[in-house]
Amino acid sequence: MNKILLIIQREYLVRVRKRTFLIMTFLVPLLIAGMYGLIFYLVLNQNQLSNQQKVMVLDPGKTFGKNLQNSNAVLFQYTNQKSPDSLKKALLQKKFDFLLYIPAGKDTALSAMGGESQDPRGIQLTGQKQASIQTLGQIQDEMERVLKNRDYQAAGIDTAKLNRIKPKIHIDNTVITAEGEKSSDSLVSFIIGIIASILIYMFIFLYGVQVMRGVMEEKTSRVVEVIISSVKPFQLMMGKIIGIALVGLTQFLLWVLLSSLLSPIISTGINAKTKTEISTKTLQNTSTVNGSSSPGLEMLKALGSQNYPYLISCFLFYFLTGYLLYSALFAAVGAAVDSETETQQFMLPISLPLVFSIIISSNYVVNNPDSTLSVWLSMIPLFSPVVMMVRVPFHPPLWQLLLSMLFMILGFLGTVWVAGRIYRTGILLYGKKITFKELGKWLFYKS
Amino acid sequence: MLSIRDITKVYANHTALSGLSMEIEKGSIYGLLGPNGAGKTSLIRIINQITAPDSGSIFFEGEPLQPKHIGAIGYLPEERGLYKKMEVGEQVLYLAQLKGLSRKEALTRAKNWFLQLEIQDWWTKKVEDLSKGMQQKVQFIATVIHEPPFLILDEPFTGFDPINAEIIKQEILNLNRKGTTILFSTHRLENIEEFCTHLTLINQSKKILDGKTKDILNSYRSNTYKIDFIGNLDAIKNQIPHHFELKSFKTGAEYQEAEFKILDGGVNDLVSFLLPHIQIQGIRESIPSIQDIFIQKVSQS
Repeated sequence: MNKILLIIQREYLVRVRKRTFLIMTFLVPLLIAGMYGLIFYLVLNQNQLSNQQKVMVLDPGKTFGKNLQNSNAVLFQYTNQKSPDSLKKALLQKKFDFLLYIPAGKDTALSAMGGESQDPRGIQLTGQKQASIQTLGQIQDEMERVLKNRDYQAAGIDTAKLNRIKPKIHIDNTVITAEGEKSSDSLVSFIIGIIASILIYMFIFLYGVQVMRGVMEEKTSRVVEVIISSVKPFQLMMGKIIGIALVGLTQFLLWVLLSSLLSPIISTGINAKTKTEISTKTLQNTSTVNGSSSPGLEMLKALGSQNYPYLISCFLFYFLTGYLLYSALFAAVGAAVDSETETQQFMLPISLPLVFSIIISSNYVVNNPDSTLSVWLSMIPLFSPVVMMVRVPFHPPLWQLLLSMLFMILGFLGTVWVAGRIYRTGILLYGKKITFKELGKWLFYKS
Repeated sequence: MLSIRDITKVYANHTALSGLSMEIEKGSIYGLLGPNGAGKTSLIRIINQITAPDSGSIFFEGEPLQPKHIGAIGYLPEERGLYKKMEVGEQVLYLAQLKGLSRKEALTRAKNWFLQLEIQDWWTKKVEDLSKGMQQKVQFIATVIHEPPFLILDEPFTGFDPINAEIIKQEILNLNRKGTTILFSTHRLENIEEFCTHLTLINQSKKILDGKTKDILNSYRSNTYKIDFIGNLDAIKNQIPHHFELKSFKTGAEYQEAEFKILDGGVNDLVSFLLPHIQIQGIRESIPSIQDIFIQKVSQS
């Protein structure tokens, strides 16, 4: 036991003292925070960031009058000239960015078919460069709005009344349990589930591969021969796995700590920005914006009402057992091969269930957390760390959670047994190409 | 010290050891000799309890070999290996602690050993920055630091230059004088008779010869002597008495060499017969070396 502790200590210290560990620990949260900051900034400031496009409107038929409204992206200007030719010269001289030519004349085709349309056709937007989808869309929307108002009036509909009609629906989703009703928010559960499962997936891969590398390093440098003359191969394997697990936990805790230190700074910055942004927007567009209660606020409320001890303890459980299960397999692979290139054929069957579970989790399970398939997948130890973590925020029945955990523990013990047998044979075998058949035989060797 | 009784180990497609028995006496330097693939490493791994034999048993100082004996055995494997990125001092401390020493004790002993082998400057160097010979020294320290009463050295001199090989050899003899029993495994047999008090030859998983080095050599003595001389041997060829047999004769650059087998009497009789006729430069008994015996035995089997 004492010796396992020694091995754990070495594996832990060697990795934590590495420069890459420090860089990863401090850089990753900064990068993530920076990335989110950048995205928020871009989303909030996209109008200011894109230049306002000057659009010269040539409308000899006077269909639109001067009713087109300007926005941050588009500034409409009007001209009384009749022909677009001279304006095209001005366009080349960059007096404005685009020329919107609305020919006089009605949509005769539609009228002929008995339609009511009075809309112009053959409209052209000309510029020195292609108009962006945003610019094009805004111009089109504005034109449609003006025509719609015109048609409402023609049909005798009071547009002022129409604008006042604004039905507003918000569904409060609650979950009933024996203890009482709880409000929940599917979107928040969705996001938490996805993030948690991706984290578990990443951790298993990152640290599982580290275990494999460590085993291979010991095997190829022949240190293993010295060490297993003092400890059992199984002790060495478990010491390494646990030591690296502690490195992962340390890193995770440091990330949590760092982001909880960083996030207030970032979120106050974002909040201040969003508040002014939202208020100005609501003032500007009272007529067009639908809801006055912001969905973001609801989400914040839902985030605050999450049962964090439950989430975090489930996360830690599935993180640890999932990591232990997979890293035992990775250790067995490391022991069976002689070089990095040979790992490929054995890596595939290990990565496949992991990749499968992350794909099916983010595409299916998260939308159908209580379907039969989801329940079954969350019971199978190879899939459950990722799949169950997606289901956890949706509060699956307790018996399912406990059963999944039990299977996970059994699965972990089984895998460690199998991996231990492959490990102790493989670690001392050099210069031999190993096949799956061979691995199968090793399971039943006498020690 | 160590009693190996009828050990057999079979791998999937070949037999590594079949019915091997050995008695290693306390205080001996026991040579385990054999060509590559004879089964030496398999036997060593069984003694180290890295693998278990299919049948047979091993007794360590009268007790069946158990995990608790690990601390009493030091093992220098043929395939040397250290953690490349780890500091030398830390590494020695780690390996010593795995053998059951406390950190404090390991530190004092490691410092002493580094001083003794004059490598104290390397303490904080990384293993990958050391030459191969330097790594060997570090590995040797890691093997002996817990002062095991029984030491297994698998090809201990490979990788050393002659000077360092001599230093290590002296350290091994030193440990032996202090009472350490040594199992010395090698396939290089030059001068092995000077080093080992006992030996076992194994070939193709079987023991083909064992015993005290002296006894083995004695059993191969044939009372034959080589004589270097100047003079004309041909002249007296016909006068050689019947109890001396001239086995070979060759002419070298500076002197001639004749080999006589003495069928009756002693070497003095031979000398007194020869003295009046030739000038003797040197006499030595021709005993086959362990290497000769080994090659002879292996080609027989």
